[in-house]
Amino acid sequence: MTDTSLQSNNAPMMTADGIPLKKSLQMSLRREKLRAFGLVAGPALFILILFVWPIYTLFLKSIDDNLVNDVLPRTMAIYEQWDGQDLPDEEHYEAMFLDLTTAEKLQIGKVSTRMNYAKSGWKSLIKKSNRKFKKLDPNQPLKAQMIDAEKRWGDIEFWLSLGIMKDRVTAGYYWNAVDRTYDSKKNVIMQPENRQVYVMFWKRTLLVSTIVTIACLILAYPVAYLLATLPLRTSNLLMICVLMPFWTSLLVRIVAWMIMLQQQGVLNDSLVGLGIISDDNRLPLMYNFNGTIIVMTQVLLPFMILPLYSVMRGIPPTYMRAAQNLGATPTRAFIRVYMPQTIPGIGAGVILVFIVAIGYFITPELVGGKDGQMIGNQIAYHLRKSLNWGLASAMGVILLVAILTLYWVYDKIVGIDNMRLG
Amino acid sequence: MALDTAQAGFVEFSKVQKSYDGESLVVKDLNLSVGKGEFLTMLGPSGSGKTTCLMMLAGFETATHGEIMLNGRPINNIPPHKRGIGMVFQNYALFPHMTVNENLAFPLEVRGQGKSEREANVRKALDMVQMGEFGNRRPAQLSGGQQQRIALARALVFEPDLVLMDEPLGALDKQLREHMQYEIKHLHERLGVTVVYVTHDQSEALTMSDRIAVFDDGVIQQLASPSDLYERPENAFVAQFIGENNRIMATVTSKEGDETVVKYENGLTGRALAVNCGDVGSKTVLSIRPERVSIGETEGTAAIDAEVLELIYLGDHIRCRMNVMGNEDFIVKVPNSAGHKHLTVGETTKVSWQTEDCRALDA
Repeated sequence: MTDTSLQSNNAPMMTADGIPLKKSLQMSLRREKLRAFGLVAGPALFILILFVWPIYTLFLKSIDDNLVNDVLPRTMAIYEQWDGQDLPDEEHYEAMFLDLTTAEKLQIGKVSTRMNYAKSGWKSLIKKSNRKFKKLDPNQPLKAQMIDAEKRWGDIEFWLSLGIMKDRVTAGYYWNAVDRTYDSKKNVIMQPENRQVYVMFWKRTLLVSTIVTIACLILAYPVAYLLATLPLRTSNLLMICVLMPFWTSLLVRIVAWMIMLQQQGVLNDSLVGLGIISDDNRLPLMYNFNGTIIVMTQVLLPFMILPLYSVMRGIPPTYMRAAQNLGATPTRAFIRVYMPQTIPGIGAGVILVFIVAIGYFITPELVGGKDGQMIGNQIAYHLRKSLNWGLASAMGVILLVAILTLYWVYDKIVGIDNMRLG
Repeated sequence: MALDTAQAGFVEFSKVQKSYDGESLVVKDLNLSVGKGEFLTMLGPSGSGKTTCLMMLAGFETATHGEIMLNGRPINNIPPHKRGIGMVFQNYALFPHMTVNENLAFPLEVRGQGKSEREANVRKALDMVQMGEFGNRRPAQLSGGQQQRIALARALVFEPDLVLMDEPLGALDKQLREHMQYEIKHLHERLGVTVVYVTHDQSEALTMSDRIAVFDDGVIQQLASPSDLYERPENAFVAQFIGENNRIMATVTSKEGDETVVKYENGLTGRALAVNCGDVGSKTVLSIRPERVSIGETEGTAAIDAEVLELIYLGDHIRCRMNVMGNEDFIVKVPNSAGHKHLTVGETTKVSWQTEDCRALDA
């Protein structure tokens, strides 16, 4: 017998060279953990830089309201002292005058844009004042001079609107994204009627995404079933037909659809030629809601077919046989036995198509016309044209939250580990 | 006994042929009659057409030619779901999205049984296979043997007269397989259903069946009871496929009633039982079971020289590989009885057999 086997049960177990077993186990585990961490460090960094950080900055941008405080520090410092009943005192005017005349020109431009979101008119007021302020005498009382130069300085509404911007963090962009805004006392109110657009866009985005998802499911299910059940050679050919458009440039496909769908296009010509519709009643299939639906369905179809196919391929034909053998008609066997087993594929396809559809932008842009535009187009507009990045970020965050919520609901109902993407 | 009931012709294949590609026949001219309450096994190597026959009976394949009758009714044009035949599939085909109870209730549900009746029948079927406590589990939560029992219960729950089984024990380990063989056999005896069973495992077939149809190359080579099949094979394929078998090539030199005189390839002559050999001058294969060969000379038969090549000790018997007339795979099972002859490797001795144990078959 060796001496290690003679140890009593209460004494700590030792390894052959006398180090306590627990300690040496920890050491060996730590080495493994370090190696595992080293392996995932690269991808983790990648995710951090490319996903977490941009989303974090997007979020910050959507609630950021530092600009007014930074550019107009004197005004905002004493703003709280004003009672908000009558026009502010001389010192407020003086602070505003100093702020506007000392700030950089670029910053003035930015801040006036921001202030214009709170109350329209700010931008032109500041622009005009900037020119006229040069003629004012800083040593005389400024209140009268400013109102004299630009009478809107005597409008209390402008001064009240500054109160909306006094906090450095704002939920205003989110309210804007759903057609609401702050009044001068920072209560949430509806936007004026003529500026209520976004709720309509959100609704339309949901509607388009839902219709496209359902259409994709209806079209993809039989195709995926064929793919999974046909003999290999035929199904390979069919698979190429599915993947070919997938590999083709999106723009090429959209242009092809334009040729197909326009008023004088292939489809309308054929229908007129066959006498199904008259020449005066050509169907409006393009540059409207219909165009968005048709083209998006075609573009997103592979995202539905592929997960469905991968699930269906894994269902052996014996289940259908067994169901029929037990007395179910082929239809009943399909509904009761086959379809429930494709739910993971349906779930994956639906969630994938819906998520891609909800943020879609290029197709509606090109074939959507006026009433086929979606929220993605609004985000693009605010990013590129109006440069209201705060609003664009807020919309982006809302989209992201919507998708995560959807994901969560899916997990609750179907279970995310049931999802198979291919 | 089994042959008597077979005349009732509960299931009847007449002149059935099946081709998948239009060029070759998978099943060639099948004629088979299964009696009510019989346990018939279709045994054969893979690709012999046995599963195709089963699928035609179940309705998943259509016969290219010929007629299949069930209980006197032609069923060629009846779809599978109207045939009312129970079936146990190779991989059980238990519906994974349903619990055991739902799986068993499915055939009753599609037959329009009421809820309470359904529950009672499901319970009865589960108790029959001793799985009463597993009703709320899903198939994935059961072991292979348990799934097997559930599959069996599902095939029986709607009380079909005929149950088909397509290699149902193939996925189980040896011990469980043997246990399930007895269980299925007892269930069959208790319920009196007709069973058509497909397997490629000969010991399974011998254990369970009333009759066995040995398939090869799309043809039934022999249809007989297990004992007949083993002791009286009618052709070289069956002799080779069922149990162990020693083959000796020979030529028929003359016939005397049931017996024939054959000439071995080394020029010696011997006698054999004429079962399926050709006329005088034709080649024949002599088939002798290893346990029917004796070491040394026996009364009434000619002994042949044999060289011991290998000895394997197997407890109850000793397996001896010998060189007999150039055949180096001649096996003799020497019983480990008191006072048996002890052999040594390299030793030359003599082997002999009774004439009726040496069957002259087709070459």
